Amino acid sequence: MEALTAIVIGVLTAGAVYLMLARNFMRFLFGLILLSNAANLTIFASGRMTKGAPALVPYGEETPVGVVGNALPQALVLTAIVIGFGLLAFTLALAFEAYRRMDRIDTDEMRFAEPKEDTNK
Amino acid sequence: MTWVLVMPIAVPFATAVIVYLARNYPAGRWISLAGSVLTLVASGVLMAAVLDQGVIAAQMSNWDAPFGITLVSDYLSAVMVVITAITGLATAIYALGEIPEETESLGFYALFQVLIAGVTGAFLTGDLFNLYVWFEVMLIASFSLLVIGGGKDRLDAGIKYVALNLVSTLIFLSGIGLLYGITGTLNLADLRGAVETVENQGLVTVIAMMFMVGFGVKAAVFPLFFWLPASYHTPYFAISAVFAGLLTKVGVYALMRMFTLVFVGDVGFTHEILIWVSALTMFTGVIGAAAQTDFRKILSFHIISQIGYMTLGLALFTPLALMGGVFYLVHHIIVKANLFFVAGLAKQYAGHTDLNRIGGLYKSSPLLAALFIIPAFSLAGFPPLSGFWAKYLIVKASLEIDAWFIAFVALLVGLLTIFSMTKIWGMAFWKPHPDGIDPTPDHAPAYVTRAMLVPISGLAAMTIIIGFFPEPFVQFAETAAMQLLDPVDYVTTVLGVQP
Repeated sequence: MEALTAIVIGVLTAGAVYLMLARNFMRFLFGLILLSNAANLTIFASGRMTKGAPALVPYGEETPVGVVGNALPQALVLTAIVIGFGLLAFTLALAFEAYRRMDRIDTDEMRFAEPKEDTNK
Repeated sequence: MTWVLVMPIAVPFATAVIVYLARNYPAGRWISLAGSVLTLVASGVLMAAVLDQGVIAAQMSNWDAPFGITLVSDYLSAVMVVITAITGLATAIYALGEIPEETESLGFYALFQVLIAGVTGAFLTGDLFNLYVWFEVMLIASFSLLVIGGGKDRLDAGIKYVALNLVSTLIFLSGIGLLYGITGTLNLADLRGAVETVENQGLVTVIAMMFMVGFGVKAAVFPLFFWLPASYHTPYFAISAVFAGLLTKVGVYALMRMFTLVFVGDVGFTHEILIWVSALTMFTGVIGAAAQTDFRKILSFHIISQIGYMTLGLALFTPLALMGGVFYLVHHIIVKANLFFVAGLAKQYAGHTDLNRIGGLYKSSPLLAALFIIPAFSLAGFPPLSGFWAKYLIVKASLEIDAWFIAFVALLVGLLTIFSMTKIWGMAFWKPHPDGIDPTPDHAPAYVTRAMLVPISGLAAMTIIIGFFPEPFVQFAETAAMQLLDPVDYVTTVLGVQP
């Protein structure tokens, strides 16, 4: 199970890097989404995976009985997903607003903050 | 102990909520100012407690370490929290003059208070995942503050800032996942012992490098700094001052914390890389600044160059060097924020930040000229200002271990810093205004200039005080460095047992 997850993480990261090398900001953003999922899966897998053993405390007991899944990475991933979702929503809105105002999505042509020097001066 | 540690974070958060509700009323800005004063008081209380007890820690919701979230403060954390509160207060005053009402009603002050809370939280947390959460709090507030009040250049800068910072965050997050995978803990104090017992130390070094890259982007070290000069010259001056003062320093703080507390297993490898990264950061930053003619762009490149000195303090990894690094952090935040404030006032007077299009400021405002001289020469390392002592400690530390070349680079960069500062001096203050006018802020009401002058004077006074009476500050930095190099107190206070 861990091996499969590791391969999935690798594929996601490779795809993310490929997309993020593009000059189109939307492609970069999709790459970022993939990379964020790869990071989340990394945390999930690093807590070790246990099949069919939810971390539940049986009635009348103080602690779980026997081998149960590690609940901590799930809590971490949940937090990371929520935060990542918020940040990506912001970035998407930013990209839309930037496109509306600047009328371009190619990052090489976004030169408003750092205008190209006039080389013929 | 819990309240002492929680208040510096809780006060700005509470202020943010109130200020957001009052964003359409003039009272909002005064509530924000009051909140900043309270934050400073709370951080003063924290500092007093730390001076009294060395290291203090608190477990949130009574979940014992290493299972719960720990807030912990040693000397370094405490001084960073205090300096954050000081910068926050200075910015809150400055913003009274600069920020227009439309921006206020967009929630400017609420975002600003959240930013301060995020920065403070990052300094106080003793838990790695919690550090990630504070980074995100800080980031989302900084994203919004960078683009608030719109305009093509701000959106352009925002895209680059947001994109590169998100990538660094994801590298940091993956690093956290992998570190948890091999150690099974996220508590920083617990990690120190846990990392040592890992069989495959090579893996630890790989993860250490992921952290170095992740924090390196935040701290803007070579070759990861490209987002900084692309964005710091566009937002409101109050915002670029608080960014310049605090945000990159959170990255430096995180580097210092992780590479003194957790990743000390292979110092010969990781810290050697940091030494060369620092030298290149210092040099490229100052060379980049030499090519610029915009007031804020020059200052932005100088942030990068100065970051190199701080990471060098960490990289040399001797008591004296770390002491210099801590001293440098504190001195730099005050000086850098102040220079951006001065840039804002210079624009208020002369109408622009491009040095080719302004001038004559010395004649029209000798006071501003004097207030520029203090932080500018402190940045370059002139005695007896604070920057001299900071540079002196770093250079002495590198000479002590016979790192002649590094000492040479540090001194050379100081010299080139003078070049940039005299360029600003000559072009903005000395030469006559190119339009032949006498730059005066007659188009702005008097309270605007006054609100901007107050924080500039206050921070300049602090620079002078640190410069003339460095003794207590140096001693403080020495204790902070000792605690970093030998974190027994830190670990025992958090875990409650001998490691």
